[in-house]
Amino acid sequence: MIAYYNRHPVWSLVVFLVVAFFVWAIFAAWPPGLEAVLGKKKVFLNAIFNGITLGGLYFLVASGFTLIFGLMKNVNLAHGSLYMLGGYIGYGVALATGFWLLSFVVAFVVVALVGIVLQYAVFRRMEGEDLRQTLVTIGISIVLADLMLWIMGGNTFQILAPEWLGGPVRLPLVTAVKSSGEPVYMTYPIVRLVIFLASVVIGVLMWLALNRTRIGMLVRAGVDDRDMLSATGVRIQRVFVLVFAFGAGLAGMAGVVGGTFQSVAPGEDTRFLLASLVVVIVGGMGSIPGAALGALIIGLAEQVGSVYFPTYSVVLTFLIMVVVLAFRPQGLFGRTR
Amino acid sequence: MAPIDQFVSRTDAAGRPHRQPALSGPANIPWRYWCVGFILVLMPVVANSFVLFQIFGWAFILGMVGLSLMFLGGYGGMVSLSQMAVAGLAAYMVAVFGMSGVPQVSLGWPWWLAVPAALVIAVAFGSIVGALAVRTEGIYTIMITLAIATAFFYFVRQNYTIFNGFNGFNQVLPPQLFGVDWRQPVPIYYLTLGFATLAYFLVVYVSRAPFGLALQGVRDNPRRMAALGYNVTAHRIAAYAFASFIAAVAGILLVWLNAQVSPGTVAIGPAIDILVIAVIGGMRHPVGPFIGALIFVTIRTFALDILVSLGIPGERFQLLVGLTFLAIVFWSPDGILGLWPRFRQWLTSASSLTGDRGGKP
Repeated sequence: MIAYYNRHPVWSLVVFLVVAFFVWAIFAAWPPGLEAVLGKKKVFLNAIFNGITLGGLYFLVASGFTLIFGLMKNVNLAHGSLYMLGGYIGYGVALATGFWLLSFVVAFVVVALVGIVLQYAVFRRMEGEDLRQTLVTIGISIVLADLMLWIMGGNTFQILAPEWLGGPVRLPLVTAVKSSGEPVYMTYPIVRLVIFLASVVIGVLMWLALNRTRIGMLVRAGVDDRDMLSATGVRIQRVFVLVFAFGAGLAGMAGVVGGTFQSVAPGEDTRFLLASLVVVIVGGMGSIPGAALGALIIGLAEQVGSVYFPTYSVVLTFLIMVVVLAFRPQGLFGRTR
Repeated sequence: MAPIDQFVSRTDAAGRPHRQPALSGPANIPWRYWCVGFILVLMPVVANSFVLFQIFGWAFILGMVGLSLMFLGGYGGMVSLSQMAVAGLAAYMVAVFGMSGVPQVSLGWPWWLAVPAALVIAVAFGSIVGALAVRTEGIYTIMITLAIATAFFYFVRQNYTIFNGFNGFNQVLPPQLFGVDWRQPVPIYYLTLGFATLAYFLVVYVSRAPFGLALQGVRDNPRRMAALGYNVTAHRIAAYAFASFIAAVAGILLVWLNAQVSPGTVAIGPAIDILVIAVIGGMRHPVGPFIGALIFVTIRTFALDILVSLGIPGERFQLLVGLTFLAIVFWSPDGILGLWPRFRQWLTSASSLTGDRGGKP
């Protein structure tokens, strides 16, 4: 961070000011003039919280995508289909058994197995041929999307969170002050907060696993120079299968999260594939911190945009991507190859 | 990049360079060209108007958009998924500048003003997309162009002042030129055939012109071309501009054939369809996208009958297309075009043991 400041003092200042403004706007009681510009503080806070929690969901999807790409240079454009598959499986399990948490486990395991099949059937056969991988995975996603449409129909399903996670929670954040001087506190759905915390925990665990364990060391070495790694006698194919299964499983789990936050429906696969593409382009290919930052930026842009300029909020996220590309083609955390 | 070279190298699967038929003088035109030409010109004698309009009209237009992708991918090594967005923008611009059923937006210019304006805007848009995309390589280009195409789709769907939002434009009709109603099946068949032929020969010509050769050099080894003094970025952007021109012409024909344009025209599905078309046909030769488009449109048109005859519900068209696409990219990276040399390779390898395996260098 200090190194970054030394290289780009102006950009650091801009980033610092933006972050400082948001932190102040979240915690402080707003002066009267600000509401005229930004609207009600409650709306603003909701947009921020929705954006951050949506960022957590995007992180779950995109981190698997970026991990697989970073280590194996495998382009899995069926990642969105894995997400949607996880969502449908989670819906089915939650409906059949009534255990919400179980649906995460089942979705993770099943989609991870699908990922292993993909790794054996597709990616191992065409290692290093990224265009062919792209085409094959596009084909697979077309087929999977139509199969899921066939089986589940065109309806929208929502996975219901269990009772103990239902309802809102009151946060120690003042949204307004009544004329009597009594503060009004913000309420927010507890399930979104819990899931966001869970995704932060998963992100931190991933970071620790990558940076503090032996397997993480192998993965990082594989990202840097996989030929040399396999030359030292590591069974790199086994590492690949593990990472692929883990990345796919994360996508499946994210599907359950997405089904709880929003819904599972046909078309969500493309939406989340594109979201993860944009997130990893903004954050930098193959970088977990990049995926986290990118997911946060894109989630916030989508939600804040949908409040303050609803017509073009979707375009805003792509605009961010274009700006990042124009100034930093390798992404914010990407390394120049 | 090696993986792209595999798709688009100038040699066929057997390792021989492509034969380059000379185009000067009718005597030098290979007999295949005459055959295909005769069949296409005489098609209206045998085919009914449904086939002319719904199959060949569509195949020529989608083939042209696929051709623009083939030019970028095959000769430039850049796979762009935003070609349908460029075509769609041209279609929209014709509707905006010319006549349509939405008089509060359409300016009502005559076609000879509206069409060039649409072409200029679409080519400018395609060049800007190119300028962004050429900073990246391989899979990154695919992702960025896909993202731009998606952004364009959402923008078009939300914008009501120019693009008329969700509804788009209807009643966009071709001009009544020379006393012909160009939207009748036979005239529009010849119109699309004519432009498809022009585009085909234009691409063949450009691929052999100095610009096209330099572009192929840039594809094969950008650093060497830069060292030789070629401006690599400029060549790539120019390739985008040229491809955008072909896509824009196709887009204008598309809006005339369809008589309407809406956000659905430029959605993600159609953008990927173009890639499917180019890959099914083959990206090594300009004829590939047209073969791919013909197959794609035929499957799309008759999927219901095929699927019902197989005992599968008729709405599973995407499944059929997806499986066809998957089978082709799995077993023949060069598309249908790549099957023929492979077949010959297989015939010869039966007699000689030293023949290398075609298609997998």
